[in-house]
Amino acid sequence: MEIVMSIVIGIVFAISVYLLLSRNLIRVILGTLTISHGVHLLLITMSELQRGAPPLLNIGEENFTDPLPQALVLTAIVIAFGVTSMLLVMGYRTYKEHNTEDLDQLRGSADE
Amino acid sequence: MRKSPANNMMLQTAMRYITIIVFAFSFYLFFAGHNSPGGGFIGGLMTASAFLILYLAFDKKIMKKVIPFDFTVLIGIGLLFGVGTGIASMLFDYPFLTQFFDYFPIPFFGDVELTTALSFDLGVYLVVVGAAMSIILVIAGDDE
Amino acid sequence: MTLLHWATISPFLLAIFIPLLYKYFRKIHTGWFVLILPLVLFIYYLNYLPVTRDGGTVMEYVPWVPSLGINIDLYVDGLSLLFALLITGIGVLVVLYSIYYLADKKERLNNFYVYLLLFMGAMLGVVLSDNLIVLYVFWEATSISSALLISYWFHREKSIYGAQKSMFITVFGGLSMLGGFSLIYVMTGTFSIREIIANVDLVTASSLFIPAMLLVLLGAFTKSAQFPFHIWLPDAMEAPTPVSAYLHSATMVKAGIYLVARVTPIFGGGAAWFWIITLAGLTTLIWGSLQAVRQKDLKSILAFSTVSQLGMIMSLLGAGSAAYYFNDGDNLLYTTAILAAVFHLINHATFKGSLFMAAGIVDHQTGTRDIRKLGGLMTFMPITATISLFGLAAMAGIPPLNGFLSKELFFTGMVQASQYGIFNLDTWGMFLPIIAWIASIFTFLYCAIIFFKTFRGKLQLEKLNVSKVREAPFGMLISPIILITLVIVFGLFPNILAYSIIDPAMQSILPGILSVGERFEVNITHWHGFNLELWMTLGVFLIGILLYRTMNRWSKLGFYRSEQDIFNYVYDQGYDGLIKGSQVITRAQITGRLRDYFVYMCVFMVLLIFYTMFKYDGFMLSTDNLSPIEPYMWLVLIAFVASIVAVPFINNRMTAIIVTGAAGYLVAIMFTIFRAPDLALTQLLIETVSVILFMLVFVHLPKLKKDKIKPSTKIVNLIVSVSVGVMMTLVSISAFAFGSETGFSSIREYFIENSKALAGGYNIVNVILVDFRGLDTMLEILVLAIAALGVISFIKLRLKEGEDV
Repeated sequence: MEIVMSIVIGIVFAISVYLLLSRNLIRVILGTLTISHGVHLLLITMSELQRGAPPLLNIGEENFTDPLPQALVLTAIVIAFGVTSMLLVMGYRTYKEHNTEDLDQLRGSADE
Repeated sequence: MRKSPANNMMLQTAMRYITIIVFAFSFYLFFAGHNSPGGGFIGGLMTASAFLILYLAFDKKIMKKVIPFDFTVLIGIGLLFGVGTGIASMLFDYPFLTQFFDYFPIPFFGDVELTTALSFDLGVYLVVVGAAMSIILVIAGDDE
Repeated sequence: MTLLHWATISPFLLAIFIPLLYKYFRKIHTGWFVLILPLVLFIYYLNYLPVTRDGGTVMEYVPWVPSLGINIDLYVDGLSLLFALLITGIGVLVVLYSIYYLADKKERLNNFYVYLLLFMGAMLGVVLSDNLIVLYVFWEATSISSALLISYWFHREKSIYGAQKSMFITVFGGLSMLGGFSLIYVMTGTFSIREIIANVDLVTASSLFIPAMLLVLLGAFTKSAQFPFHIWLPDAMEAPTPVSAYLHSATMVKAGIYLVARVTPIFGGGAAWFWIITLAGLTTLIWGSLQAVRQKDLKSILAFSTVSQLGMIMSLLGAGSAAYYFNDGDNLLYTTAILAAVFHLINHATFKGSLFMAAGIVDHQTGTRDIRKLGGLMTFMPITATISLFGLAAMAGIPPLNGFLSKELFFTGMVQASQYGIFNLDTWGMFLPIIAWIASIFTFLYCAIIFFKTFRGKLQLEKLNVSKVREAPFGMLISPIILITLVIVFGLFPNILAYSIIDPAMQSILPGILSVGERFEVNITHWHGFNLELWMTLGVFLIGILLYRTMNRWSKLGFYRSEQDIFNYVYDQGYDGLIKGSQVITRAQITGRLRDYFVYMCVFMVLLIFYTMFKYDGFMLSTDNLSPIEPYMWLVLIAFVASIVAVPFINNRMTAIIVTGAAGYLVAIMFTIFRAPDLALTQLLIETVSVILFMLVFVHLPKLKKDKIKPSTKIVNLIVSVSVGVMMTLVSISAFAFGSETGFSSIREYFIENSKALAGGYNIVNVILVDFRGLDTMLEILVLAIAALGVISFIKLRLKEGEDV
């Protein structure tokens, strides 16, 4: 499972990077969204999948999966939401101001 | 949301009951967080979704009357709760953000665990609700 | 915080109140308020004189960053006290002088005195702190505040140029010095100068000795305007004259001297130290005096003269360090050079201070400093002329003034050094006194030029900007008169300084030479009999007078006509080249395309990780201990991969939202499979909110179009993204294999065991969030709050029509 997950993560990263390299602002935003999925899955995969029960002490189990990556990922999910929404609005405002979503046209002047 | 479906009777009636359930569930998730899945983040997001359902069903103007406060205020209050919990422990000469808990016998509920972590989690809850709602409302309200 | 600490930082504290004093007491010149502080400090530091005279020292501790060994420990010994007295003593006179010099109502006195106080405090910090890092901080503070002082008349282009140059060079030196200090820390494990001197064996035995020494010296040489870093000092003359008098006679440039003297016990005693400092000093001495002869501007002459005098003190410190080499009973014989250095340091402060002030008076009263326009001022400004006469005579080394005494000692030191018979001195040593002697001739010559061209000859009123020349107001004359009195008093009775000031300072430069209770023989006399030094002095006078007499002839030479220092050209070219070079690099790299930056990052990251993996044989594959895959999991995985892979091909906004949303919900399902209920719930809810958000925004965004990219760019993009993907897969597989093969144990046990016991919660994830790692969570909600506020300000705050940033 871990190796399969690693390959899946690799695919997610490759696709996200490809999206981020795109000229289209909307694709770049989608890329940030998918790359965060890749990061979350990577963190979870590192903690040995499916060994033991969910980290809840009152369910009568002895072995638990590692709770620390879960806490990290939970934080990361919420932050990713904040970042994505920020980026989304940035893209939205950029489009409204400049009337283009083409990043090559948003370059600014050559001397900047 | 922008052009509100003000005459959608079915949706509005259904939503009234659904939101009550969702709100109740979100409070449950929030309070249960310490011992079972849930907590400030999840509870906050659930509450935000409940609000969003209401906004979807009803007109924004009506919602403005029902919820007269600004959601951005919740962010500030939430941060105050978070930092305040941290500073409170400093007042008793413990490091910043030391949490405490104890069990108190409360009539009818029996022994109830009360923790300072709950007030910290409340801060998280409020910030999440405030941030999610204010982001979405401000975008939805941006009509040029 | 002891009284000593308060005294040292008091200039900073007063500086805070200067703007208020300036604003509310416009009637009173702000300088009068400032004047009190250095006066009080001078008296305060005088109190330490009995302590250091008896060989005692004072150390006061205040911890700052104890874990890194950085503490604000102040240390008073002979050397630091001498400098503290110079800084505050000359400070009093300079402030007094500035009150009359900057009498114009339009001057921005609040700025001037704030900068001056900052500078004073920084200098006190440099000379009093025992900790190298604290010393460094104050050192840079002197660079910054002196640049501010030089650019005080900032509307003049030259002032800005001079300030920038001085800052550029001294901060460069300061940073090298920080590097040297770090190396010292590496060698000894402490930043305290006291402790380093106590463990000096660690330094001398180390292979880092030479690099550390060179770096520290670079700091000292740039600050003290040693060749070839001297070029900033003449340009710094654009500062108001009180500033020049303060910075360039007694304080700023002496900081380098102080540093060399301070670290002599650490680095001194070897051939490298001896030769580098002596040669740098002598080169500076002769170069400075030669340049001074060519200058036509009074302050420029004085500036180059300062450069050359600093070189002289520096070379004496170098020659004197040989005393460490002779670690036997006779080494007291070799301390004359250090004695001369300390004595000349004081003398230079007195006569150069008065000369700068006199030059300032001439400038103030006649409106020019060009010696070709000046002349015949003696009759109109007799007091200023007298001051200059004594000051210049002292600098030229005419008896019985103090300059004569230290110059004789300088000759003695150089002649002695040439006879040591160590460090190859038997072959090259004879050049030391010869260079010293030639430079002294030029010193004599420019002193003569200043005096005779300014005060003798004919008054050329038509070339001056004023209708009538008269003597300066009395207040302006007080400070130079006091300094000149000191010149004469120290000249006639040099031994009043001997045991109170000079001997303690020598003890701090050369600790460990004396046995307990011993003292240096400091006995400065005017008459030594008919020895070599006397003949050298007489030779200086003779040839100097001869050269001045024949000036009409040699002044037609190209050497005299041009004033440009060749190193200025080097500096200007280098500076322009630096700017142009960085522009070229920036233009090539900063294209303004998001894609390019992202490609740089990805390529660098991929190369770095592949290189590391290859170099350290990092790739590992472990197939044991894998968790099983149930058939339904395949379904989830394939659906997830399919939805992710589909995203780049979608050309419809709605489909894109639905597909990414589906991917998000599938991640939530995966979290459920991986036994993470909290994550699954969070992901589910976040995805719902995100989808709503995307829908709201995408309505306003244009339709997705196919990217119009060149095929070559497309291939590069593909290669970069695939290699990032492969890299992540390999890293992930290797990290997992590393964990399972080495039996790497997670810290999970701590949380599992203590969740109930310490935090009273059953949901470990939640307990980690709100309790164990509460601070992280707090900062996280802060980030969320900032993001929300950012979104709001993006939408709500916008420029009105036609408004620009």
